[in-house]
Amino acid sequence: MNRLSAAGLARGGVVMCALVAFPFVFSQHWVLNMAFFVLMYAGLAQAWNLLGGYSGYISLGHVAFFGLGAYSEAILFSHIGIGSRGFLPLLVLPAIGIAVALTSVPVAWVALRTRHMTFAIVTLTLLFVVQQLAFNLRGLTHGSQGVSVPSPTFSLYERPFYLALLAIFALATLVTWHVRRDRLGLMLFAIRDDEDKARGVGVRATEAKVFTFAVSVGMTAMIGAVWAYYIGYVYPQFAIDPLVMIGSLLPVFLGGAGTVWGPVLGAFILVPAQQWLAYRYGASELYLIAYAAVFLAIILLLPRGILPSIADMVARRRDGRTTPRLPVGSAREEIAS
Amino acid sequence: MSALLEVRALTKRFGGVTAVDGCTFEVSAGSITALIGPNGSGKTTVFNMVTGYLRPDAGAVSFDGRRASRPDPARFYRAGLSRTFQQPRVFRELTLVENLAVAANRPWWALLGRDVPPTDRRRAEEVLADFRLGDLMGNKARELSFGQQKLLEFAAVLMGRPKLVLLDEPTAGVNPVMVETMEQHIRDLHRQGITFLVVEHEMNLVMRLCDPVIVLDHGAKLAEGRPAEVQRDPLVLDAYLGT
Ligand SMILES: Nc1ncnc2c1ncn2[C@@H]1O[C@H](COP(=O)(O)OP(=O)(O)OP(=O)(O)O)[C@@H](O)[C@H]1O
Ligand SMILES: [Mg+2]
Repeated sequence: MNRLSAAGLARGGVVMCALVAFPFVFSQHWVLNMAFFVLMYAGLAQAWNLLGGYSGYISLGHVAFFGLGAYSEAILFSHIGIGSRGFLPLLVLPAIGIAVALTSVPVAWVALRTRHMTFAIVTLTLLFVVQQLAFNLRGLTHGSQGVSVPSPTFSLYERPFYLALLAIFALATLVTWHVRRDRLGLMLFAIRDDEDKARGVGVRATEAKVFTFAVSVGMTAMIGAVWAYYIGYVYPQFAIDPLVMIGSLLPVFLGGAGTVWGPVLGAFILVPAQQWLAYRYGASELYLIAYAAVFLAIILLLPRGILPSIADMVARRRDGRTTPRLPVGSAREEIAS
Repeated sequence: MSALLEVRALTKRFGGVTAVDGCTFEVSAGSITALIGPNGSGKTTVFNMVTGYLRPDAGAVSFDGRRASRPDPARFYRAGLSRTFQQPRVFRELTLVENLAVAANRPWWALLGRDVPPTDRRRAEEVLADFRLGDLMGNKARELSFGQQKLLEFAAVLMGRPKLVLLDEPTAGVNPVMVETMEQHIRDLHRQGITFLVVEHEMNLVMRLCDPVIVLDHGAKLAEGRPAEVQRDPLVLDAYLGT
């Protein structure tokens, strides 16, 4: 696993500085709007990657927690007001994240008793359950009428939203990076390889999975909350939207699941491409076909994603140039029986 | 010698098949006990129940004087009861050192500590060197041969400082040189105080290494005793020749 390296830190630092500077360099609304969605999906992908990439548990229900965050934000600030300068809704984000993370624990505990396809289906069910709740708990959510949040009057509207998302994105990346070097990361990788075996060598698999799930959906909820405030209203079908789900896991598989920078790279490629398609061909749902094409391309050409494929290529080249491969006998040779 | 492991009237059915049928035996502390029997006699299933991978339909297992309440392999491992699998199971995408580090006993709050703390690394390197896997320390486990994976799996469970190790056919499918290595490791570790329960088909090995020998047939204990006695037992000969 990656060790802390000066080069790695420097690379991360440069990327972060560039991202912070971005909304001070560019001020066109359409550019910042696009940057907002790039960061949103990069953050969602990164948060999803923490669970899905590291432990191999493919959740199709993360967007339920995105919706939970969005509704918490909207309902709260439709009642108490956003404060004189409009920053209050951004300041409460950590509280929303923590609240949703804690709420998710019992759900995670039940869902994570299933594996593979069953886990995917169980979490997908969660998506529809939360959406139905949003439609039907009218007293709280106003059903299909939705909830609107007062609009702030920021000097450059997109900038504070962008910076809030950037902070969450940085947090998600930091957590992902840190967990990779933690015992937790080691446990998650072991679980991904062979969970039963992991339990057999004392790994506290349930604790590791539930904790990771909670952190992952907590960050997802914070992003949902920023989105709700940015858009200014939440409806059940948009706040809990399967397309947002697809949009947050496609970058992971494109860039490389279980890597620190893969999901980010994926989002930086996919979101502008999607926006460009929408712009070029109108607001049609054409990008869905493009998504399907991307998905097929990943499965056929890059089953492990961009970054792992590049790493393989580099490793192969290096191997070819220096020593021959290590003298490990093939598995078959020794199966005498 | 006192019993480290006690198995009482253990029973497991799979649909119509009774894989283990009222099986009762003990493993004394400090022994290398063999569990032998024809194919399909229920040896692996006994292992699975003893280590918490399967819930018995009836019967009880107690380890180190405590009766296991609910089957939980992780908890059994932390209590000092570990096993290897008939088909070696290693973490293919982890390096050898990581395979060992993940098997080290750590409290839950170590979750956010280093993946391989220096003490674990040192011990892992020692153990790997003992098992002559030192040169491959940084390689991924999937690059190992079948026999090396068996060694790695064995090496990894030692990280938990076990009292009792269950080995399921440690030498099956392993080349003769490695069989000797395996035997030497078992002897060395036994001398250091680890108790073994070994399932093995290679009779010469069982006869030189193990005492006592327990024979299982159709899921129940057929015979038990010194290797030489068991070898002469007509019931055992019958079971093996198939009647
Ligand atoms: N999960 C399972 N489902 C159904 N039947 C099973 C299962 N596991 C084992 N069995 C059956 O239970 C019986 C005992 O199997 P087990 O693997 O315990 O035997 P064994 O003594 O380990 O054999 P071998 O020497 O071939 O490894 C066999 O008839 C086997 O087919
Ligand atoms: Mg077996």
